[in-house]
Amino acid sequence: MAMAVRVCLGFLIVLLYSNFSTALYEDQVGLADWHQKYIGKVKQAVFPTQKSGRRRVVVSTEENVIASLDLRRGDIFWRHVLGKDDHVDQIDIALGKYFITLSSEGSILRAWNLPDGQMMWESAFYVSTPSKSLLYVPANINLGKENWFLVFSGGWLHAVSSIDGEIVWKKEFAIDSLEIKQVFQPPESDIIYAVGFVGSSQFSVCELSSKSGEVLKHNTASFPGGFCGEASLVSSDMLVALDATRSALIAISFQSGIINFHQTYISDLVQDFSGMAALLPVKFTGIFAMKTVSSIYLVRVKGVSELEVLEKFNHPASVSDALTLSEEQQAFGIVQHVETKIDFRVKLDKDLRNGVLKETIEMDPQRGHVQKVFISNYVRTDKSHGFRALIVMEDHSLSLVQQGVVVWSREDGLASIIDSTTSELPVEKEGVSVAEVEHNLFEWLKGHALKLKGTLLLASPDEIAAIQAMRLKNSERNKMTRDHNGFRKLIIVLTRAGKLLALHTGDGRIIWSLFFPSLHRSEACEHPSALNIYQWQVPHHHAMHENPSVLVVGRCGPSHDALGFFSVVDSYTGKERNSLKLAHSIIQVIPLPLTDSTEQRLHLIIDANLQAHLYPRTRDSVNIFLREMSNIYRHSIEVGKDMIRGYSLQSGCNLDVADEYCFNTKELWSIVFPSESEKIATTATRKINEVVHTQAKVIADQDVMYKYVSRNILFVATVAPKAAGEIGSVTPEEAWLVAYLIDAVTGRILHRVTHHGAQGPIHAVVSENWVVYHYFNLRAHRYEMSVIEIYDRSRADNKDVWKLVLGKHNLTSPVSSYSRPDVMVKSQSYFFTHSVKAMAVTATAKGITSKQLLIGTIGDQVLALDKRFLDPRRNVTLTQSEKEEGIIPLTDSLPIIPQAYVTHALQVEGLRGIVTIPARLESTTLVFSYGVDIFFTRIAPSRTYDSLTEDFSYALLLITIVALVAAIFATWILSEKKELREKWR
Amino acid sequence: MRRSAEAIASLLLLSCLLPSVLAGPASLGDGYTIAGRVKLEGKTSIGFIPPLKNSNAEVILNGGQRVTFLREDGYFSFHNVPAGTHLIEVSAMGYFFSPVRIDISARNPGEIQAALTENRRVLHELVLEPLREEQYYEIREPFSLMSLLKSPMGLMMGFMVLVVFLMPKLTENMDPEEIRRAQEEMRAQGVPSLSSLLPGRSN
Repeated sequence: MAMAVRVCLGFLIVLLYSNFSTALYEDQVGLADWHQKYIGKVKQAVFPTQKSGRRRVVVSTEENVIASLDLRRGDIFWRHVLGKDDHVDQIDIALGKYFITLSSEGSILRAWNLPDGQMMWESAFYVSTPSKSLLYVPANINLGKENWFLVFSGGWLHAVSSIDGEIVWKKEFAIDSLEIKQVFQPPESDIIYAVGFVGSSQFSVCELSSKSGEVLKHNTASFPGGFCGEASLVSSDMLVALDATRSALIAISFQSGIINFHQTYISDLVQDFSGMAALLPVKFTGIFAMKTVSSIYLVRVKGVSELEVLEKFNHPASVSDALTLSEEQQAFGIVQHVETKIDFRVKLDKDLRNGVLKETIEMDPQRGHVQKVFISNYVRTDKSHGFRALIVMEDHSLSLVQQGVVVWSREDGLASIIDSTTSELPVEKEGVSVAEVEHNLFEWLKGHALKLKGTLLLASPDEIAAIQAMRLKNSERNKMTRDHNGFRKLIIVLTRAGKLLALHTGDGRIIWSLFFPSLHRSEACEHPSALNIYQWQVPHHHAMHENPSVLVVGRCGPSHDALGFFSVVDSYTGKERNSLKLAHSIIQVIPLPLTDSTEQRLHLIIDANLQAHLYPRTRDSVNIFLREMSNIYRHSIEVGKDMIRGYSLQSGCNLDVADEYCFNTKELWSIVFPSESEKIATTATRKINEVVHTQAKVIADQDVMYKYVSRNILFVATVAPKAAGEIGSVTPEEAWLVAYLIDAVTGRILHRVTHHGAQGPIHAVVSENWVVYHYFNLRAHRYEMSVIEIYDRSRADNKDVWKLVLGKHNLTSPVSSYSRPDVMVKSQSYFFTHSVKAMAVTATAKGITSKQLLIGTIGDQVLALDKRFLDPRRNVTLTQSEKEEGIIPLTDSLPIIPQAYVTHALQVEGLRGIVTIPARLESTTLVFSYGVDIFFTRIAPSRTYDSLTEDFSYALLLITIVALVAAIFATWILSEKKELREKWR
Repeated sequence: MRRSAEAIASLLLLSCLLPSVLAGPASLGDGYTIAGRVKLEGKTSIGFIPPLKNSNAEVILNGGQRVTFLREDGYFSFHNVPAGTHLIEVSAMGYFFSPVRIDISARNPGEIQAALTENRRVLHELVLEPLREEQYYEIREPFSLMSLLKSPMGLMMGFMVLVVFLMPKLTENMDPEEIRRAQEEMRAQGVPSLSSLLPGRSN
């Protein structure tokens, strides 16, 4: 019998561990996961005018993405994410088929093939002094002849061949400290004009030969008032600049080498001007655009001394670049807000009074103000010009407007998620069934029979398609109610623009959105920005009738001591329930593990004066808090000073007004790292909501080890100051990495280990009693991952059963950070192939399921790696009992199994974060990863042992049962007959 | 600047003829140029991953410090890289590339050595080829009786069949006398008592 049990157990273990990963079949793609592609806030956009490219627009964004979009639908044709420091400065289109980008402060020029995004060539320039870079692509480029692009960056002017990107000639201007503002070449001319400023008061015009870059003429004139550096070219011999005080305009004409200045005060030009003006970088002929605090002005330049204000637009408004319609006709677009709608107008430069087009468009108020507008034209059937506009809004969304309607919108704010949380969906009410149950039994059976055919690989292609469609449209997963397994939730994300969006985990659709800046913008709070998002109220016992809500914390300005604001948002409706202007700043928000009688979570906010403020501000919460105050500690990590401090809380605040919700902090301990040898690189703590199922770990030989499970473990990694930079900047002898495990309550260092010849970037994850961290080993020149597991030795003698029976164990004695722990540490290191962008660990509802590490690799994929590969007890030769326990033999590097990528054949471009959310089903974790793209899936680290998988074949089960029943009847009849025969004998 | 561009171009050409690692002592500031090539020809793509185009591959220097893209012919270059030891990674969906260690010598300007970090193979030419293809999906096994029998349900059924057919055989081989005795014993005992169930006491 015992033998049989052992066999069964062994069989089970084989079943459980036969597959290390939860791999996916190709036809399961899209069943539990979704992927959305974004590009980020559009910085520049160019419309190709050549025949083939007419239906697309190419853009560059603030997320360093360059992309080609479909003008009809807004889909992405192709997209490239450039490096993190490779900001795109200028874009243009050349020869009708090349998309030219100038990036990295003007040091890299690339040409991309317009139809498919293939890079054609790349050239690099040496940048000595950082300056604004310029790209000039001649408009009348000839296809047959070799043409040159002009690039000014870092004090050099380069002429680059359009065919292969080779540098034809270059000219240095940095010697004369001349900073070029404009470069242009009049049509049909061999002379290139470069105009700019020398220092702050001299204006300079250079004429260069376009063949060799030779300086033909160089004229300089000084202007006593000085320049602020902004200039706008209005014609081929005239420039408008702002003076050093930004209160006067200077028209500069430089016809045939003679430089003339003429100063006009802005206050003479426009009424009620105050403050400073700025020139907008829009390209018009004969007109320039100027922005003041309240308005945008369009000013026409008639002569050196004659300026005329054409139009005034009150903020918020945006003006597009000029669009050349014909030889002498230019058009430009203006977008303005009119109450809740936006007003889009197109005007021709010849006839400014009457616009060509005037449209009023309904725009979602959750999009904020207009930021940028780009226009393009098309020829209607009656040969007249039609216009469409690409509008970038304050929430980073992109919309195409044509004929008075929004044709499409892209929610590109989702490319810059800064924080996220989750919320449960409402419970399904009785009588209100949202689900459409299968119509009848016959169809249900037919569906399952099809699925069975699919699993047995007997289905024809048509049937496979039918199965796939059936699975994807499964209405179950998109319902707006809570499900039994906890797979359906709302993911609430906060974007950098300050927009809060709720995404459904079923298909990733947006349920609601809320834009904070427009909600909180006021006189006192001019630039509100949202910082973080927390769970405010999760009703489950008491306030069941209330909707859950989230807390959004923000501050009014960019600096750390700007006043904060609070906003509580209903998770179901997306309406702001209440908001609060704080009278103090926000440095840190600590959600406490305490809730008041209405299930509102208590939060402590630390301000710049190190005072703690308790929220919600109710009597009830203060009473709860005061009871627990002696157990609440906080720590602060000062990266710049290389210090960690721990604080406790005290009643009373040194404020002018008595405030019972304000508490003082008292420094308890501090750890100062020697600044000449160590610099804090990374810190990590356990997730507050992590559940640990058992403290004991049964190892081979029926032995028990007790995990040192503490919520206050703080992992700190420091590196040598020299090695704080990138890989390749330091030799192995100069680099080291020190890993600390610190108790955040007492400041006691539990463990310290030094890795010589190692450097960052470091990514770490802390869970239960272990830490895993990823770093670069300079000696082997490979990435490495280390694991540290920490065990409590003071409990190690609790192995005796009799002690447990008689209650003489110390398992129920309280665990205190102040009792000196007797810990034992095990650690091991392994090589890992890839660079890592983000790391996380799976989290399940009860913490029983074994864990997997989720590693965001450099290729923007998310790899699931079983924690058993990072077990310090791995060994080269394993004993029989260790093998039975499931320990994997030691190898020097961690395996990368392609089927273990949870993102399968997809990439989460620009990956920045991975969030794990436990489902109600113990075996399953929901994974949300974000970057420029967002991706959601659910994974089961030890397979779904507690439920039948979705493709479980009920039909096969039914057939088996029917067959068994038939067999029973058949054998029964046979045995009856046999018996009868026996009796007759 | 033009000279350096020519130098790079000529080096690119030379690399086709000479088995030398590409190095460009460029006049771009103090740095050097790392130029190489990613080769994907001769590799058949697996059915469901779209055939790899060079436009979808990225080459990454030092874990994300710089990113560059492949040209149509598979060539790539990093300009203005300081002397030292660097790491190059290639990200291309469907392929597994080993990171490459690049040593740019400061003493002999322009001398560059390259080696794969996964298997320490020294590259004489900076031509990067995938170590293997990556298949992100499990492949469904074609229907076979064995796989059905191997599944838990199949094993259970197999066991049942085994019992059904083997148990009668077991009783057949027993001595009829013994069976009778056992049956009598059971009848005599009637309700099984606790003592008879305890091991060692039953007989």
